[in-house]
Amino acid sequence: MSASVEAAVGSRPAAVVAGHPGRPRARVLSSLSRWLFIAPAVLYVAVFFGYPVVKNVVMSFQDYSTRTFFTGEAPWVGFKNYAATFGSSLFTTTVVNTALFTIGSIVAQFVIGLGLALFFKRSFPLSGFLRGLLLLPWLLPLIASSAVWKWMLDQDSGAVNQFLGLFGIPAVPWLVSPNLALVAVIGVNIWLGIPFNTTILYSGLQSVPQELYEAASLDGAVGVRAFRYITWPSIRSVVSVVIVLGVVYTLKVVDIILGLTGGGPANSTQTLATNAYHQSFVNFQFGEGAAVSNVLIVVSFVFAIVYISLSRKAVDE
Amino acid sequence: MKMSKTVAVLAGAALASLALAGCSSGSGGSGPGSGGGSKSLTIEDYYQANYNPIYQKCAKQVGAKVTINHVAGAGLIAKVLQQASSRTLPDVLMLDNPDIQQIAASGALSPLTDYGLSGKGDVPAVTAAGSYKGKLYGLEPVTNSIALYYNVKMLKAANVTPPKTWDELRAAAKKLTKGKTYGFAMSNINTYEGTWQFLPFFWSNGGDEKNIATPQAAQALQFDLDLQNDGSMSKSSINWAQADVNNQFIAGKAAMMINGPWQLPALKAAKGLEFASVPIPTRTGDAPVAPLGGEAFTVPLTKSKDTMALAGRFVGCLNTPSMQTYIAGVTGNVPTNEVSADAWAKTHSDVAAFVTTTKTARARTGELGPDWPKAATKIYTAVQAALTGKASPTAALQQAQSQSQ
Repeated sequence: MSASVEAAVGSRPAAVVAGHPGRPRARVLSSLSRWLFIAPAVLYVAVFFGYPVVKNVVMSFQDYSTRTFFTGEAPWVGFKNYAATFGSSLFTTTVVNTALFTIGSIVAQFVIGLGLALFFKRSFPLSGFLRGLLLLPWLLPLIASSAVWKWMLDQDSGAVNQFLGLFGIPAVPWLVSPNLALVAVIGVNIWLGIPFNTTILYSGLQSVPQELYEAASLDGAVGVRAFRYITWPSIRSVVSVVIVLGVVYTLKVVDIILGLTGGGPANSTQTLATNAYHQSFVNFQFGEGAAVSNVLIVVSFVFAIVYISLSRKAVDE
Repeated sequence: MKMSKTVAVLAGAALASLALAGCSSGSGGSGPGSGGGSKSLTIEDYYQANYNPIYQKCAKQVGAKVTINHVAGAGLIAKVLQQASSRTLPDVLMLDNPDIQQIAASGALSPLTDYGLSGKGDVPAVTAAGSYKGKLYGLEPVTNSIALYYNVKMLKAANVTPPKTWDELRAAAKKLTKGKTYGFAMSNINTYEGTWQFLPFFWSNGGDEKNIATPQAAQALQFDLDLQNDGSMSKSSINWAQADVNNQFIAGKAAMMINGPWQLPALKAAKGLEFASVPIPTRTGDAPVAPLGGEAFTVPLTKSKDTMALAGRFVGCLNTPSMQTYIAGVTGNVPTNEVSADAWAKTHSDVAAFVTTTKTARARTGELGPDWPKAATKIYTAVQAALTGKASPTAALQQAQSQSQ
């Protein structure tokens, strides 16, 4: 067996050389050109994704502080940053908050987004215009919309409480109560995420063949049953993509939380992402900040893999 | 192959950034035709354009051409760190006083004694804040602190005199709370600003940043909480920055507030607002121990010794008593020189309370040096936990003290 392989391998170059003297160079060239086509992508990924990730991992094992910027020295401290991260009393709080924030946002965004997508599927006067309006939260700069929300949710003079006051509801401490602040922040994030969910799900609904519904209606499947047996199975791959992408987007949210509460009151809206920001850019403990963000990267990475395997499956189907 | 290419690209990027760094430091250094030697200086601060005439005055005096770069407040330290690593620090750098020791510890600054400068005549605590390990790195021409502002009309209407003790403050705040107006406002936000505003209560009552879990600290925090529980202070104070507090005061939604002299321009511009200020009340009625504010000017280590010497002369010029008074006039702050400050207080009654306060004020980095930010985080964490009802003042302080960060 091995001998025959050897023979085959050995004989080929000889034959090539004998037959076409120019071929080896051509082959080298063609393999080189193949690499050259990949090179831009490889370079891009290496410089803009590989380098930061590797640097972040290295940083998390170093005492990387303000001093490092001037001296260039970042002493190796092993797992000290991770020990500090996992040992901090804040860690459990931030993990729980991150989980609540992500799950709460995703579930509500998805349900409302799907509802709106189904609603807009039937075209009616002005439906296109309204669908356009729905994109508004997406178009506004995040810092601007979080500043406006902060003002609207103010306990004493915010528009939301003024409105609730009309119905005799006493002022709600939206951003002031540690129990409500996370709910308020999730609410704003839901408002922000609805356009994304609606848009993607709407396009998914568009691709469901109309004939299926017609056939089903002959069999008596309309309304909820049509949704259960036709719509849902047809858009399942879109649904999984929306949810997985949503999770990754939501995990890393910093700006909305910083704009609304800055992680407060009393750390009740502190998530892994805001904590990493705080460690790195307020305390200037870049090592610990890197350790926290690596935890976040690992979680996001798991979801990214899920996304890739799901989208591959979708292609196969 | 992949590896070597990456390395090559990174090396290329590094070279490019070095070249760029070279360019920018070149433009900051001596330009052709400036008469030999280094005659131009780059200045970096987080002030506004109203500081430009101040710089121009000193530039004229030391015979230098200045390039002024105003950076947004929150971004200054990040920018300084970036410049430190690319060796493109400005010739004259302004730093907020609690940051000086941290930056000095990184080795980026040169001692001002090299240029024959000293903080003689200045408030000693200010000079201490500008020093690290016994060496002077920063000089603050003007300083500030916080005091209790009050709405003159509202106090008169309620027949309340400006309070001197906690009991008086609590009673006054209660009396002044009417309808949509709270009697008292301060910032209890979860940033260093919140810590800074709580410090007068904390320090004046014997609280200490080395260990915040003490009965004295708990008493101070209890007082803060009492004001909120009385309904005299809005529960939103935990989300208010000092600018928000000022807006509440201007809008007539607070009869008294804790704030600094840098708000004076905005307060004076508010139509129909009659205000005055007194030192922050203490439990016993003694002089308060408030934190010292203000920014210092430093001379970073750069390539040219001549430029650094010129920058030293420039910083020295900014710190002369006459310049201090001039800067105080532009910004509303207090001259750091004790003699100038007293003279200033006599002619400017609206800053008199701040002049009195700065005399007994403390520098935030006085005790812990570069470790101050960690203590500051603990303090605002405890304030937030107590005011939101997550823990009692004593428990909140204990939890924050034992927190690893």
